[in-house]
Amino acid sequence: MLAWTIYISFLGAAALMFLPGGNARLARIIALLAALGGLACAAAGVAQCARHAGPGALTDVVNWPWIAELGVRFHLAADGISLVLVLLTGIAAVAGVLFSWNVEERCREFFALYLALIGGVYGVFLSFDLFLLFVFYELAIIPKYFLIAIWGSTDREYGAMKLALYSFVGSAMVLVGLIAAYVVSGAKSFEWVDLARGPYPAAFQYWAFPVVFVGFAILAGLWPFHTWAPTGHVAAPTAASMLLAGVVMKLGAYGALRVAMTLFPIGLHAWQDTMAALAVVGIVYGALVALVQQDFKFVIGYSSVSHMGFVLLGLMTLTQIGFSGAVLQMFSHGIIAGLLFAVVGRMVYDRTHTRDLAQLQPMNLHQVLPFAATTFIIAGAASAGFPGFSGFVAELQVLVGAWKSFPWLAVLAAAGVLVGIAYTWRVLLKAFFAEGAVDRRDLPRLEPISAPERAGALLLLGTTVIIGLWPGLLLGLIAPALDSPLLQPLWKGGAR
Amino acid sequence: MNSIPILTILTFLPLAGGAVAALLGPQRQRAGRNLAMAVSLLTLAAAAALWAAFDHSRGGMQFVERARWVPSLGIEYHLGVDGLGLLMVLLSALVVPFALLASWDIRENPKLYFSLALFVEAGLMGTFTAQNFIHWFVFWELSLIPAFFLIKIWGGPRRTAAAYQFFVYTMAGSVAMLAAFLAIYAAAGAFEFGQLSDLARRGGLFAGRAMLAGAVFAGIFLGLAVKVPLVPFHTWLPAAYTEAPTGTAMLLTGAMSKMGVYGFLRILLPIFPAQMQALETPLLWLAAATIVFPAAAALAQKDLKRMVAYSSINHLGYCMLGIFAAAQLAGPGAEGVNNKAAALNGVILQMFNHGLTASALFYFVGLIEQRGGGLRGLNDFGGLRRAAPVFCGLMGVALMASLGLPGLNGFPGEFLIFKGVLPLAGWAAAISTLGLLLTAVFLLTILQRVFSGPLPERWSRWPDLTAGERWALAPVIALIFALGVFPQWLAGVSNPAVLQLMKLF
Amino acid sequence: MNPFLECLTALAPEIIVVSTALIVLLADLAMAGGKPVARRAGLAGAITCLGCALAMAWAGLMPCSAHVAMLAVSPVTQWLKLTLLLLTIFAAALSWGGRFTRHVGEYFALLLLAAAGLMLLVSSDNLLLIFVALELLSVSLYALAAFDKSSAASAEAALKYLLFGGMSAAFTLYGISLIYGITGDLQLGYIAARLRGQPAEPVFYAGLVMTLIGFAFKLAAAPFHLWAPDVYEGAPTPVASFIASGSKVASFFVLARILLTAFPAARGTAAASDYQAGWVPVLAALAAVSMVAGNVAAIVQSNVKRLLAYSAIAHAGYALLALVADARHTLAALLFYTITYAFTVLGAFAVVAVMEQSGRRGNLADFEGLGRRAPVLSFCMLVFMLSLAGIPPLAGFFGKFYLFVAAAAAAPPLSLLWLVVLAVAASAVSLYYYLQVLKQIYAVAPSPTAAWPRPALSAQAAIVLLAGIVIVLGCAPDLLLGKITDLLRSHPF
Repeated sequence: MLAWTIYISFLGAAALMFLPGGNARLARIIALLAALGGLACAAAGVAQCARHAGPGALTDVVNWPWIAELGVRFHLAADGISLVLVLLTGIAAVAGVLFSWNVEERCREFFALYLALIGGVYGVFLSFDLFLLFVFYELAIIPKYFLIAIWGSTDREYGAMKLALYSFVGSAMVLVGLIAAYVVSGAKSFEWVDLARGPYPAAFQYWAFPVVFVGFAILAGLWPFHTWAPTGHVAAPTAASMLLAGVVMKLGAYGALRVAMTLFPIGLHAWQDTMAALAVVGIVYGALVALVQQDFKFVIGYSSVSHMGFVLLGLMTLTQIGFSGAVLQMFSHGIIAGLLFAVVGRMVYDRTHTRDLAQLQPMNLHQVLPFAATTFIIAGAASAGFPGFSGFVAELQVLVGAWKSFPWLAVLAAAGVLVGIAYTWRVLLKAFFAEGAVDRRDLPRLEPISAPERAGALLLLGTTVIIGLWPGLLLGLIAPALDSPLLQPLWKGGAR
Repeated sequence: MNSIPILTILTFLPLAGGAVAALLGPQRQRAGRNLAMAVSLLTLAAAAALWAAFDHSRGGMQFVERARWVPSLGIEYHLGVDGLGLLMVLLSALVVPFALLASWDIRENPKLYFSLALFVEAGLMGTFTAQNFIHWFVFWELSLIPAFFLIKIWGGPRRTAAAYQFFVYTMAGSVAMLAAFLAIYAAAGAFEFGQLSDLARRGGLFAGRAMLAGAVFAGIFLGLAVKVPLVPFHTWLPAAYTEAPTGTAMLLTGAMSKMGVYGFLRILLPIFPAQMQALETPLLWLAAATIVFPAAAALAQKDLKRMVAYSSINHLGYCMLGIFAAAQLAGPGAEGVNNKAAALNGVILQMFNHGLTASALFYFVGLIEQRGGGLRGLNDFGGLRRAAPVFCGLMGVALMASLGLPGLNGFPGEFLIFKGVLPLAGWAAAISTLGLLLTAVFLLTILQRVFSGPLPERWSRWPDLTAGERWALAPVIALIFALGVFPQWLAGVSNPAVLQLMKLF
Repeated sequence: MNPFLECLTALAPEIIVVSTALIVLLADLAMAGGKPVARRAGLAGAITCLGCALAMAWAGLMPCSAHVAMLAVSPVTQWLKLTLLLLTIFAAALSWGGRFTRHVGEYFALLLLAAAGLMLLVSSDNLLLIFVALELLSVSLYALAAFDKSSAASAEAALKYLLFGGMSAAFTLYGISLIYGITGDLQLGYIAARLRGQPAEPVFYAGLVMTLIGFAFKLAAAPFHLWAPDVYEGAPTPVASFIASGSKVASFFVLARILLTAFPAARGTAAASDYQAGWVPVLAALAAVSMVAGNVAAIVQSNVKRLLAYSAIAHAGYALLALVADARHTLAALLFYTITYAFTVLGAFAVVAVMEQSGRRGNLADFEGLGRRAPVLSFCMLVFMLSLAGIPPLAGFFGKFYLFVAAAAAAPPLSLLWLVVLAVAASAVSLYYYLQVLKQIYAVAPSPTAAWPRPALSAQAAIVLLAGIVIVLGCAPDLLLGKITDLLRSHPF
């Protein structure tokens, strides 16, 4: 069932390419159907697999021989972590299509590229053969490039190229590590299960781990390799930035977890402190820079870097609770970032054609676009980690895990949360609330929020609230996955 | 216990009502307002049902609701009320409709105003029924944000600065409280109030680490002290209350200020009795300062609303006096027990009664401002008694109740507090009587300047209370009288809770 | 069997091809005279394709294994000839619509002769015959490069090609003669036997290096690549496509054969920790320089053909990795890589050829907005560019991946990691300039005055077919790889 998420997305993309050009309506509907189909398959798959969840249970979805020469198989499977992320992709995909309802120019190419990207992302989360994972990972770079280069805004060609090159360099690093691991392990296959057994000599792991980890973490926005993220997010059209910040950055974190950390536990323990420190620097730096931005979208872009720092910190704590928080934060931030970019890009920028806070403030947008303001307030609260929304439990778990492993870093990360509240507050007030009283007549006349936008916003808001109130829904999937025997070497000597 | 989760209903009904009202389209202003009013009345009915079903003889938590939420972090969905909580819930349920009625004529986006007020109510209900810190903290913060917007959007001329100051101060305090509780969690692995106070009694909370315990105590103290407010953390209040629109000021003073005092009773006293006993003298000085200084400041004011704001701080100072005095005396001794019980009962009564009285006072000041065309200076009026006798009569009642006139509801609380504090900490009580005196002076000054004296020409056609306003005021005035004459309605509920509380330290 | 007959049977495909060349010349001469060029081209092209198809049929269907005269024909070489002929057919199909010459008969004849040279090149295991075949190929290509008389660039390209090629042929010949002097034989197997056990003399190394230089020139490996950009840009595009595809495949195979069969004793290693002199370090150095120089220079190009030339240099560098690693085990990777590369680059040049036929040139600016004007063509170009960059699921990705795995696995494991890292890094950088082309095609709006490309049916069919091959080989590489490994396992060198 789960494999159909990939197939439907790619079939949808292909179908869109064969549509006669110019029929935007049909293109949108096909795209929405494909996205909804993917979400339905994802949900059904999750429900099905959740019933069989045992410690480290791996549900095989598809397992076909592919390239006998190298021992590569077309192997799709899911454990709890994959299921959570697949669900995230489904929801984000549907929301993205809804928020792109107003794309008029070259509509079918836009949605074809969009669906191809979604298909690639599904593929990464479901692949348990590392060659296949790498194929999907690299495959996703090209649609990203075109989405930004063709439909983007500020500095789009530069932003697109920067993003593509950073991603490609990251995957080049992963390629080196992967090939080295294949050769050294002597395994005649690329299966995750086989490669994870190794064994790899410690000296090998000391360099292989940082190469592969950083290779993936570049896409996750690890400081100081994060510089593609703000430029890329700002340049991208709304749906692309929702996907980029919401889902694509999680590809990097997932890859780091699935490949780098599981394959090279000795290297992981050696580099744990360094990577954790970098993650915390990312949290604080991202938050501080977001605090002084004058461009609305840049604030959200840097806040994404800051939130991904939490994910990486959670992974580096090497405690079960930290991991749980990291995976939950991946889900939560995916939804919330989607919401925030949707408000900034679709609801505000598409109408006011400016992202400059100094220009937005006099417009007193909370009166003109109350739905946008309300959505942003709730999304901002969720982003700041307010309880009742999905981010709270995630960040709390990460902080608890960090406290066990690096108390001082946990304090810094908590300080980062405070700065997060500050910049969220600041941008909320500056973007939506004018200084003094504004005459009714001076307010700009903007078109009201359309139905697809409301639907998308409600979908995302509903998700973050539901998971915020019942985090057990996802925690119940994550916990058994963390008990997998293949993850055992990670915990050894983790919490000090 | 009960099959109907009434506490959950009390908390989420206003939340849902506020959400629905907010989501209605911008054309449906009146519908939204009516819906919000209906929801607040429904909540009041639910609170009344709670009162009726409450077993007044038992001291422990009733209507307990528990559900596991995030087991790995020790967070449970845990609600419960004892006498104290019940009274606070009832107070909130009474103040909110009152405040909404007072805001009926808001012209600018009333639907949003009413839904924000309902969110505040949800925050109040959640805080007063919480037995788990996370739950407490969520709703503590939840009440903060709508209050900020209420001040910022509908407030007076200097509302932006006032709102920011209010927000920043309260937020800073909350952050300190959160940090302290995270430290507690790191040490004890629990967020439950009951669990933590048991642990504290057995000495296992911060065994041996007195410095850490002190720091944690300071954090929680700070958070609560800003909310009450205690001098010197009170500087945000006069501006915020003055700039807030009438209904919001009623909410703030009537219910939200009680959250701080409640926090002292529910959290600080049971979990950190040793620290409170150790710091008894400085704390009493703070309480005394909170009684005397604001009263003196009120005397110097020329703005009616500001005077009432300062008087609000002063009245809550009595509550703090009672709490700090009761915290001392570790030993049992029957005398001590009686005095402590008296003081704490007084505190609870004072909380309830002040809530009613202060909100009524703000309402009256709001009416004065409305009828006076925006003026609310002390010296702007005079002789209104002749133009609007009913108005002045009822306002006089409220002023007298605030003063502590026997027979009105302000008296039993203050009396019990002094009765308990005098033997326990005589010097503090003595200083505090100064506050009583100053309060009397400025309240009577208001009476004199506004109601008596010559009636200026421009106020000669000062309209008296309309029918709607009379209906709004009637329940409150009635309660002011009734609770003055029959304080045992309240005391009967609070006493078992107080005795239960005293077992904890 | 009679050795002469054996020889004929072994050389049958080449004979067919040469005969076709003669037939084309005659046919053009006979039917020419007044008929429009397009018609004559069509006829000549048809005959060419027919002849090649016939040769393919013979090579494919008639199993042949012969070691007679100076030939060494085996199923591997026969199968390689199939591929080379297929590439020739594609090049011929491209040339059908070309209007750059009136001498169609001569053109196709030369093309066929070059193809014959290629086929001969892979069939031989004697240094002399190899050299002869190399010269046959080269001379044909020199002439073909000059065929566009209306363009000065074409003449310049051909002259450069001739001068460089002549010089490198001199190097090669001199090197071969030195080797002959030392070993006394020209047959690869015998050379190996003579060298075994003997300490290597400096003269031998000189000869070896000179031979390598000659081949490095043919492969356009830096620093012997200086002819490539000008020739690729100046020569008529179908010719450039043929140079880029066919001669690469054959040259790599021949180089592998020479080095593995004749000089295994002088291997040496290029491992980072354990250096030994030999031809391996030389190739490693060539590979490293090619990868870096090719990619860096390609970044600043504004003409697509030149860009493809520099990319060809880089790809030659990657392919040399396979020879640097233990080539016995990496030969399959080398063949897979060069064959898929040949098809891809042929396709890319085909697209450029189509653009030129519509009146545009090969500059980046000419590709503006192609995505909207010619979606099918643009999509095929997308496939080719991404395959060259190494993006899955295309053939180029798997080719590179397999190559890198094979190189990394060369015993002792990870000894060549430095070279693999360099290759991966260079490959990462290359995405930039391929995306530049694609950006022009898709992200830039078309200028309203530009002409619409109107590709001939044959060219369009060829392009789509090539794109299809690239995609299929990317998704199911076993189709090709399995065949290659089977052939090599049963018939090692």
